[in-house]
Amino acid sequence: MVEAYVPKNLKAALEMLHEKSLRIVAGGTDMLIQNRNRSGLPINFKSDILYVFDLEELKRIEEDSEFLYIGASCSLESILENKLTPELLKMTILEMASPAIRNTGTLAGNIANASPAGDGIVTLVLEDALLEIQSINHLRREKVQDFIQGVRKINLNSDELITKIIIPKVTFDKAYFKKVGPRLSDAISKVAFAGAIKFEDTIVKDFRICLGAVNIKMVRDSAIEKKYIGKTKKELQGLISQILNDYSPLIKPIDDQRSNKEYRKQVSLNLIQEFIENL
Amino acid sequence: MAKIKFILNNQSQEIDTDLNRRLLDVLRNDFNLTGPKEGCGEGECGACAVLLNGKIVNSCSVPLANVVSKEIMTIEGFSQTKRYEIIKEAFAEMGGVQCGFCTPGMIIATESLLRHNPHPTIEEIKIGLSGNLCRCTGYNLIVKAIQQAAKKGDGLW
Repeated sequence: MVEAYVPKNLKAALEMLHEKSLRIVAGGTDMLIQNRNRSGLPINFKSDILYVFDLEELKRIEEDSEFLYIGASCSLESILENKLTPELLKMTILEMASPAIRNTGTLAGNIANASPAGDGIVTLVLEDALLEIQSINHLRREKVQDFIQGVRKINLNSDELITKIIIPKVTFDKAYFKKVGPRLSDAISKVAFAGAIKFEDTIVKDFRICLGAVNIKMVRDSAIEKKYIGKTKKELQGLISQILNDYSPLIKPIDDQRSNKEYRKQVSLNLIQEFIENL
Repeated sequence: MAKIKFILNNQSQEIDTDLNRRLLDVLRNDFNLTGPKEGCGEGECGACAVLLNGKIVNSCSVPLANVVSKEIMTIEGFSQTKRYEIIKEAFAEMGGVQCGFCTPGMIIATESLLRHNPHPTIEEIKIGLSGNLCRCTGYNLIVKAIQQAAKKGDGLW
């Protein structure tokens, strides 16, 4: 039988991870579905489970002058309701899940699940978010974009736990998230888009685009973004076809039951165009 | 196996079971509470919705380990309240019920919404119901029922 461990606090959780071979479950909204069993039978987990959703130490949202720190076990709803949460992340959470899933799902779970269609990841990669990762005798930080190494592949050792999501405090003049899916929420994205821009006296100071569900990892390219810093808004809008050409080779979607690659590619380009045209 | 305590429909409960079970199965099989239904079993339809510490969750995707020391309210417990009466009458009057399979989940979603926002707009109602599927009514009648419940039950939430 597969064991269930419910640690009393973070220290106990890290000790358990150190001593045993465990899979981590937070809210369970993805893990329970991926390990679904016949009705009435226990969840079909393949290894012993460490439940971390109720760890109080990981339920805090705090800030300092540079960063916002979101505890890894905060529900999506508690992040949505917190006044410190950036608007772009709130927009993303509203579109990514229904109220029931928001009450139990976590952003850390969305990241660790490492789906190319993880909506939360699109916005976190756009915001250059980092993770704080702990083991019993080690603490490290890693960028979300580097932590995710491929489809369902993450850089997490067996004794490590994601403890915080760290978002740099940056303001934008326009930040926008758009999910393309067949339902208001509870649909897995065909394409997800996040864009953000900051001007200083009409000159582009910061320009970011991130696309989800169109490659094995989120599509974000700082070299392309840098090319357009220093342009005026008008110049940027005049360069739309060049921008689309820059992004086009990076958008390599697949055909699956939710959509096809032609649609995904065209919609991705349309979303970039729409974002720039409506600055 | 482990012993856990929680509050179910306002009563303390202690059971000795596998914490890797779904809350939905425990409610239906151990407590014979069959109001929460298994529709999709994937968190997409909301037929299994219950309130966990006053907030809507899909009991098909909540492991029992995440219920330790918490309060669960199913439609059976909620049906003992005045607010339920208001919502039930509004659903009946506006034609928000046909086959009834989704209805316990719809009512739980309504309660969770009104508790948070007693006077929702149509758009807010749609967001509040965005995790619940109905294959009979076409939703407009349910939206109208919720508007009516908010009006008739003004002051209860």
